[in-house]
Amino acid sequence: MEELNTLPESPTRVEGVGRRSFLRYVGGAAVVGGILSSCTPTDEVAVSSTPEYNLSKYARKMSNGITVDLGTGEVAILNYAYALEQLEAAYYEMLLANPYSEMTAMERTMFTDIRDHEVIHREFFKKALGSAAIPGLTPNFSGINFKQRSVVIDVARQFEDTGVSAYNGAGKYLKTGAYLLTAGKIVSVEARHAALLSDLQFPLSGSFAGDLPVDTMGLERSREPGAVLAIVAPFIQETITFTLA
Amino acid sequence: MNLQNILNELESVDGEIFDRLAHVSRRNMFSMWANKAAKVAVAAPVVMASALSNAYGQSGLPANVVEVLNFALTLEYLEAEFYVRGTETSGLIPSQFMEIFRTIRRHEEAHVRLLRSVLGAQAVAKPTFDFTAKGAFPTVFSNFQTYMALSQAFEDTGVRAYKGQAGNLINAPAVLEVALNIHSVEARHAARIRVLRGFKGWITNSDASGLPVTIYASDNITNQLGVELAGISGKSAEAVTEAFDEPLSKSDVLAIAGPFIA
Repeated sequence: MEELNTLPESPTRVEGVGRRSFLRYVGGAAVVGGILSSCTPTDEVAVSSTPEYNLSKYARKMSNGITVDLGTGEVAILNYAYALEQLEAAYYEMLLANPYSEMTAMERTMFTDIRDHEVIHREFFKKALGSAAIPGLTPNFSGINFKQRSVVIDVARQFEDTGVSAYNGAGKYLKTGAYLLTAGKIVSVEARHAALLSDLQFPLSGSFAGDLPVDTMGLERSREPGAVLAIVAPFIQETITFTLA
Repeated sequence: MNLQNILNELESVDGEIFDRLAHVSRRNMFSMWANKAAKVAVAAPVVMASALSNAYGQSGLPANVVEVLNFALTLEYLEAEFYVRGTETSGLIPSQFMEIFRTIRRHEEAHVRLLRSVLGAQAVAKPTFDFTAKGAFPTVFSNFQTYMALSQAFEDTGVRAYKGQAGNLINAPAVLEVALNIHSVEARHAARIRVLRGFKGWITNSDASGLPVTIYASDNITNQLGVELAGISGKSAEAVTEAFDEPLSKSDVLAIAGPFIA
């Protein structure tokens, strides 16, 4: 389990390798993850009592050997968003198909709403991209015990925070006003999800806009595409590549 | 501007700002700042301000960027003062909810400091606010329900306001990113307050949840980039409107905020 922590979580590590080579870096991380898959997802997992970013804890890399290229330029950024929305939608679909036993009506309503938003985002990108859209991706949630409430919420919060940071970091690569505006319409909804999932995990605290996603200047932390893809790679069976600009 | 006073007032430098701004400047300005910051406690917003203005060289921030930032600053002044007064009014905010409002206050004050630093001498002065909106909300600081309602109004309006300005920053990527980084924080605040009031964290149709309808006008759009989404994958039009937050123009925002400016 310890070795899984070598998966890159920090955006700076990936940014440090530069735009050109980050794909190789993602690929390397995927190989590392692929070797390690010993724990069964039904084991009770200890979940931190304070907000942390530790998605690698839930990663069991599984590759189907397919490489999906997002393309270049704005199309790549839109496909990048499409890929993330596919992952999020699949997560909530899985979650609701395998609800943990103590799921309250309030929680079910919230997860259903969020699932619907993510499915709508996914279908929106698919239609908007048309023939430029990447194929459907194959999620891999084999390291996530959906029957453990604390795990389900911990992962959901981190996926949402990751999504917000991804859109925030991608905005500057969109040069068409309508695309930028549409990304803006989506990111604030993702931020709403993130806030409420944080509050579900850490009720009545300041975590809904806590020090993990938000810095001391009151700015939400952005992530570059390479950093985001490194975080989500273990949860997608395809290997994702693309070229920025 | 007395730099030393500002420095004293501001938080000490946050190391990650250098990572955040690594791509602001193509020159190596940052290593210079990083070295300096190691010795001097330079406040993060000042570093940010310097980075942004240096990115534009001697010509300074473009006029349209200054206009956007001053518009944002006006809204942040309003929010910051609203939360300062709320959190300092004894008996208004129940203790179990205080952390929520303290968190929001801290962010809005930080946004004011940051925007003022970036704008420097071009920053607009803080207006005088009337949170009763000329008598429309006389219990704003005595009734928690009223206070929460106005909190939601300011946060959701803030989200729509920043979103509406994104296009004006499309050629100013560093400033755009800062605006986006504020925008999502405002959305987090809005969602938390909405749920505290007993509403969903997202906006269905143009439901105003008891607030002036202008705040949520035209939020019920189901067509995005020419793609009609109502009914897609069996999802309702209501869900589609929740999945996309719509922008407001500057003039619409100022019409909403106007009554609160004395």
